[in-house]
Parts: sequence; C-alpha cells; structure tokens
Amino acid sequence: MLTFTLRRLASGLGLLVVISMLTYTLLFFSSTAIARNILGEQATPEQIALKEAELGLDQPLPVRYLGWATAALRGDLGESWFNGEPVTQTILNRLPVTLVLMIVSIVLVALIATALGVLAAVRRGRVDQTVQVGAVVGDAIPGFVLALVLVTIFAVNLGWFPAVSTIRPGAGPEAWIVSLSLPVIAIVLNYVTSSAQQIRSAVIKELDKDYVRTLRSRGLGEREIVLKNVLRSAAPAGLTVLSLQFIGLLGGVIILEQIFAIAGIGPLFITATTVGDIPVVMGLTIVAVVVVIIVNLLVDVAQGALNPKVRLS
Amino acid sequence: MTDVIRTPSVPKRSQRGTLRRMLRNPLGILSLSLLALIVLAAVFAPLIAPFDPNYADVGNTLADPGGQNPLGTDSAGRDVFSRLLYGARLTLLSALLCAIVAIAIGLPGGLIAGYYGGPFDSTSNWFSNMLMALPGIVVLLVVRAAFGPSVWISMIFFGILISPSYYRLTRSAVQSVRNELYVDAARVVGLSDARIISRHILSVVRAPLIIQTALICGVAIAVQSGLEFLGLGDPTAASWGSMLGDGFNNIYVQPSLMLWPALAIGITIGSLVLLGNAIRDALEDRRQIKAPRRPRPVAEAGTREPAVVDDAEAILQVADLSVGYPNADGEYTRVVRDVSLTIRPGEVLGLVGESGSGKSQTAFSILGLLPRTARILSGSIRFEEAVLVRDGEVDVNAVLGIRGRRIAYIPQEPMSNLDPAFTIGHQLTRPMVKLLGISKTRAAERARDLLRRVGIADPDRVMKGYAHEISGGMAQRVLIAGALSCEPDLIIADEPTTALDVTVQAEVLDVIRTMQRELGVAVLLVTHNIGVIADIADRVAVMRQGEIVETGPVDEILRRPAHPYTRTLMASMLVGKEPLMPLGLSGPATGAETSEEEDERQRALDQADMQQPLSPAAETILREDI
Repeated sequence: MLTFTLRRLASGLGLLVVISMLTYTLLFFSSTAIARNILGEQATPEQIALKEAELGLDQPLPVRYLGWATAALRGDLGESWFNGEPVTQTILNRLPVTLVLMIVSIVLVALIATALGVLAAVRRGRVDQTVQVGAVVGDAIPGFVLALVLVTIFAVNLGWFPAVSTIRPGAGPEAWIVSLSLPVIAIVLNYVTSSAQQIRSAVIKELDKDYVRTLRSRGLGEREIVLKNVLRSAAPAGLTVLSLQFIGLLGGVIILEQIFAIAGIGPLFITATTVGDIPVVMGLTIVAVVVVIIVNLLVDVAQGALNPKVRLS
Repeated sequence: MTDVIRTPSVPKRSQRGTLRRMLRNPLGILSLSLLALIVLAAVFAPLIAPFDPNYADVGNTLADPGGQNPLGTDSAGRDVFSRLLYGARLTLLSALLCAIVAIAIGLPGGLIAGYYGGPFDSTSNWFSNMLMALPGIVVLLVVRAAFGPSVWISMIFFGILISPSYYRLTRSAVQSVRNELYVDAARVVGLSDARIISRHILSVVRAPLIIQTALICGVAIAVQSGLEFLGLGDPTAASWGSMLGDGFNNIYVQPSLMLWPALAIGITIGSLVLLGNAIRDALEDRRQIKAPRRPRPVAEAGTREPAVVDDAEAILQVADLSVGYPNADGEYTRVVRDVSLTIRPGEVLGLVGESGSGKSQTAFSILGLLPRTARILSGSIRFEEAVLVRDGEVDVNAVLGIRGRRIAYIPQEPMSNLDPAFTIGHQLTRPMVKLLGISKTRAAERARDLLRRVGIADPDRVMKGYAHEISGGMAQRVLIAGALSCEPDLIIADEPTTALDVTVQAEVLDVIRTMQRELGVAVLLVTHNIGVIADIADRVAVMRQGEIVETGPVDEILRRPAHPYTRTLMASMLVGKEPLMPLGLSGPATGAETSEEEDERQRALDQADMQQPLSPAAETILREDI
C-alpha cells in the first residue's frame, strides 16, 4: 500500500513538472506585448525595454523557468506584474472560499447522488425514471446558465439570498452560509443527477453479479448486502465520477464565483487572464494542478483501500 | 471471400433502419427539427437579421422588444435578434471545430492503440490520462492569457483536451473486436490491416462516435459560451455567451436580455443531448419488455393432473412449478413447466439435463433467487413446515427464513461467487454471526474448522486472503464450507464442478460426498453430467425443455432408462459406447416445433440477460461542466 501511494505521488509530481513547463512556455511565448500593456500606450520603446528587463523578459526561457521553479519550490510564486503584490499571498487569501465552496458542494453531491443512485438501482420504478430524466436535463443545461437562472429568481426577484457575496475577511459563519447557499445549490443541482446516474449503473452492474446471489443465499439481508457489499464494490466507479466532477468543478467555480461575486480565486483568475498578469495566471494554474493531483492521489488511495485488487496492479 | 468472414457477432444494422427507428422516437424528431432550425438560422443569418450584429444605436439602448427590434436592444443599442442569429453561427462553428479536432486526434489514436497495443498504447494512455486530469476551464484561461481572445484557438485547445473521450471510446471498441474470430479470419485470409480496420473495425465504432459527437458538441457550446460570458471572448463577434454577460450586467434594468441567449444555449445543447440519446436508443433498439401485471393462466396447465405427491418424509416438496420470463408479446415464456420433485432428509437428488433445460431455474426458485425479470407462474414449494411458494405466490418472509440456515447454496463458478472486496474469512463468518448468533471469534474458529474439513490445509492464510489470491478449486472448497457453515438441512449445488479443471472436479465432488455423508445433509445436485449423478446421487430427475421427463432411483434409471432423452444423455456420457442418437433428436414427436420452442426459450433467457443495464461507452464522455 505504501509503495502504491508513493508511486502515485511520484507520477503526480511528474505531472506537475510537465504541466508547469508547458504552461510557462505557453504563457511567456506570447508575452511580448506585456510591457506595453502594463505601461500603457504612451510608453516609449526605452521605457518598454527597461520594463522588460525588470520583469526578466530579456532572459532566455529555460533560465527564466528554472528561476521561477526554484522560487516556487520555496513557496514563492513571484509578484503580480500589475499591482506588485506577492502571488502566493494573494492566492492564499482567496483559496479558502473556493475550496469551501467546492468541498461542501462535492460532499453534498456525493451523499445525495449515492442515495439516489442506490435507490434507483434497487427500487427501479419512479425514482429510477426521475434520475434518468434528471441526468438528461442536467446534461442539457450548462452549470453557469443554471446559476444565472437561480440568481435571477432567488436573489434578484425574490431576494432570498444576497446577489453579491458578503464574505469578507473576518466575516462570521452566517455570511458564509448565506453567501454560499445559492452557489452550492447551483452546483449540486447541476452535478447530482449525472453522478446518481453513474452510481446507479455501477450498483446495477454489481447487483447482477454472481457473488450477490451467493450472499443472498447465505441468509444475509438485502439492505445489508446492498449497503455493505454492493456499495463497496460500486464505490470505485462512483469515486472516479466524483473525482472527475471535482476537477470539472475547479473550472466551474471560476465562472460561478464571478456570477455570485464571491471573492475566491475565480475573479482573480479572470482578471489576471484578461489583463495578462502572467505570474498570477501561472500561480493559479499551479495551484489548480496541485489540487487535481491531491484529489487524484486521495481517490487512488481510497480505491486501493476499497478494492484489494487495485493495490496489486 | 470476405463475405464469409462477416459474422453476426457485430450487430450490423443498416443506417437506414436506425434512422427510421430514431424518427419514430418523438424526442428524436424534436431534437433533429430544433437543430435543423438553428442551423438554418445560422446559415441565413445575413438574410434574416434586420441589422448588422455590431451596429450600435447609441440612442436606443436597452430597448424593450417591439418596433424595429423584435427582441429589443442591448446595453450598446445593438439589435438582440440579429445578434442571436449571428451568435448561432459562432456557436455551431466553434462546436464543430472542437469536435473535428477531438476526432482527428482521438479516433486515429484509439484505432492504433487498440489495434496494435504495445508502446504506442501505453504512451497514448498516459497522455490521455494526463489530459483528463486537467481542469478544462483553467487550461482555457491559460490559453486565453497566452493567445488572446480567439474563440477558434480556445476551441482547438478544448478539442485537444476532450480528445481522450474519443480515444478511449475507440480504443476499447477496437480492443473488444480485435480478437474476435472474424477479425482473425480476415487476418488469416490476408487482408491488410488498413482494410481490416476500415471494413471491420470502423463499422463498430461509427455509431458510438456519432453519439459522442452530439454530446461533445453540447459540452463545447457550454464551455465556449461560458468563456464568452466571462468576457474572455472576441469582443467584436456576436455570441450567445457575451449576450448573457451583457444581460447579467443589466439584470435589474432589462431582465429579458438574459432570457433569449439562455434559451438559445439551453435549446441547442438540449437538442444535442436528446439527439445523442435518441440515436443510442435507436441503435440498441430497446424494446421495452414490460412484465404483465398478472401472469395469464396458462391454458395447457389444466390438461395435466396435479402431481402433488404428499411425501410425509420429504423435507422439500416442489409441486407443479412453472417459471417464466416476459417476452415481447407481453406474455411469459415458460422455461420451467409443471416441475414436481421431492427430497428426503439426507438424500442426494440429481437433477440432470442439458443447458437451458430449466434445471438451474428450478433450483433458484427454491432459494427465491430467480433473476429479477423471472417470475414463478404457478406451483408450490414447501420446505418442511414452511410454505415458500403457494400457488405461484412467493412468501418472501418464509424464503428469507430458510435461506442459509436451512437451505444453502453452492454455486457453479467459484471465482465470481466470492465478493472480491472482502476477505474470505469475513465472508465466511458474517452469515454465522448473523444466523447462528455466535461471536466473531467463535465464528472464525468454526470457519477454520470447516475449511480444514473441506480439505484446506492452511485455513488461516486463506481466511486472510481475497478471492483473487486463491485457485478455482480452493474457492469452490471455500464456497462449500460457506454453504455448510450454518448447518443446513439441504444444500442446492448448481453445477458445482463444471467450472473446474478435470482433476479438481473429482476432488471437489469427493468433498461434497464426504461432507454429505458426515453431516447427513440432503443435496439437490444440479448437473448436466450424468457421470456425476452416477457417482453421488441416490435418486435422479431428468429434465428437458423445462419438464421433468423421468425420475427414479439412480440404479434403476441408469440401468433401464425409460425415456429416450435419458438414453441420449447417457449415450453422450458413457465412454466407448456407440451414441444411440444425436443429442436433441430423440424421437419422432420432437420435430421442428420443438426447436422453435427451444429458440423461444433461448430468446427469453437472452432477453433476461439483455435487460441488464447496457453501459454505453458513450457515457464515458468527459464532462467538463461549467
């Protein structure tokens, strides 16, 4: 189990290196106009050259990447080109809101989807049809459009929730709950049916297996078999779906935070992208990839714990 | 030559038939018509649109619908209707671009990886996994920062990001047919790889690819309009996403601005998703087989005398049992017909017949373990005092009361009948703790003892292990121990040796016989092997096409088989003896009719299998939700 985890960790770190190099190359490949963007249209060529030297843009790419990477290893992601603030600190200030939003949402999705999926698989009938139709509807409506609809109805028209997040540094728990409720609802509604659908398929697949019949023949109760044996064998499939959804959510929250005016990494990312604040974009990308790697690692370890066969392969 | 090679193992349906089935589906027509409408709007946008999409009438911003502007104007005074039409162009083209890029990478990649395997396969798998591990929107934001606001560049990158969904789909489809006989045959005949791929393999992936493309286009539209909504797109191009953004910024002033682009996005993606589903349904041609609420009384049932032999000594009595599966006509096809049998305490009854004769279905009826779609149509089953089935009605509580404790089960396929996720020790002890009410330690002790008795030398090691760590013969011993663990009075063994190696078969049979004698437990032994019956059974019942044709003590039946079918079975077994007749052609009475019945029964069973969920590969789509 330990070697298994270490191997996964190593491959995650490899991914991190590859992605950071690719992203760095991609971003700086086209960052020639940056100095002009920062200084404005009236800047003289001399000023621009000076600025480029200051930003290190006159150095060859591999040298710059190495410099960035060694600093990043120390936790220093550089400074914003536009306001000079340290990127690491800026991201750390904003990351908690985003992570809370994502984790709360995915945990709710997991719980509700599991309950719905198992019910649909075991009972079939109406629950099943609802899940199936819900999955199609969920596929058909993009998450941000759904969020816009929810904002229009519940925040703008009915005024049940604030249209603009009230989460500020030092805000109490009520601010968090009130501000995150609607976004969480939007995410859960958008994700839950397709996960439920996948969990349903996985449970039905397990229920049809021979060992379930044998367990029944041994006199064990149906509820016990479904909740203990079937769910455990179906869990890897469910975890895979949820981890993919969590990764998708990493992009989804960027848009949702913009819609709900939540001061997470979303608006930061969007602004940095629009103005070309490369160090911030780079830093956020690395943070996103690190989150992905952590999630995948956790899922892999959980898979190994759930299914003894995985540990061997 | 190649015509001979084509075999029915790949469902090959004409495109036309699929299209027709799709058009019969109202949702299929609806989605196709809506998509056609959107395509027309996009193509003829310059003709229909009253204004240039970027013509801004600064004096007429946020106007209400009416007059020159059927849907009003936006915050810059541009005509909403015109922008909506031109937005359709951008949306459709970007979705198309994304799908083309994804197919161009994923399809050849999947074909090569699936067909040739090897290093290309592992390398491309690594890339595929890496791409799937990337958060799509984050990558697209990076791309936007690097290349500026071009929807086309974004969509090319998104196509690359989503190409694993095509790659995986193609790869697994190719792998599943690569080793099919007809592909081997094509290879033997000397067809070139390119020919085999284009002729035999592309036809397999074509349909899933179309479905996948519909879904991918939907995802691409969602992502593209999401980026435009954030204002990251090209500001000079009219797009639904940017219209949404404009509407959202003016939500308090002109709420209707958001309505139209939101509807356009929802309807377009919705149509694509529905289209994908409609094609899938048409391909699978899923005729919904609904079970009739009340099984119709079977007309011929009255013609037979009720065969209730009230054997006072019997522990198990099955009387006039009929089991059926629903068929396409809304009726039940009977796979077990009026079967009656009894078992006395400590007796071994062999239930013999070829596969499909209904013997396993009979056995499962007793345990209440028939597949979900099967139904007991008539008859009764009694175990000692407990009536498990009365006149076709199953008493669920009675069945649950005897399972494991009184009647136990030894399955056919040892490996698939152990839960792969739990240790063998756990699987053995749990029923004992529950049914016998003993402690875990006590149950583990008993399990160790049982394992030793069924011939496992090192029970501790086996109990700590998992199913995949032991051999088939070992697994079957474990299952026998499990069946015995709660001291049942009757064991139902369903082909307990069939799946094992010949050498192991004898050993396992030996274990069953020894345990049966030592514990005095009755056994219903289901097998197609009359040699096994001769070896172990006291009495035998011969089953054919759902009916018991002959029953009696083993010595008698084997010495003087009365029914021609029994003779055929025996002839097929006994070494060195001329076969009397080819199997299945046992007399003049069974002609073409019989084989039709057989076909129908097989169909019913196949259908029961088919009702297991299909897992359409298209569902593996990488959903990049936003």
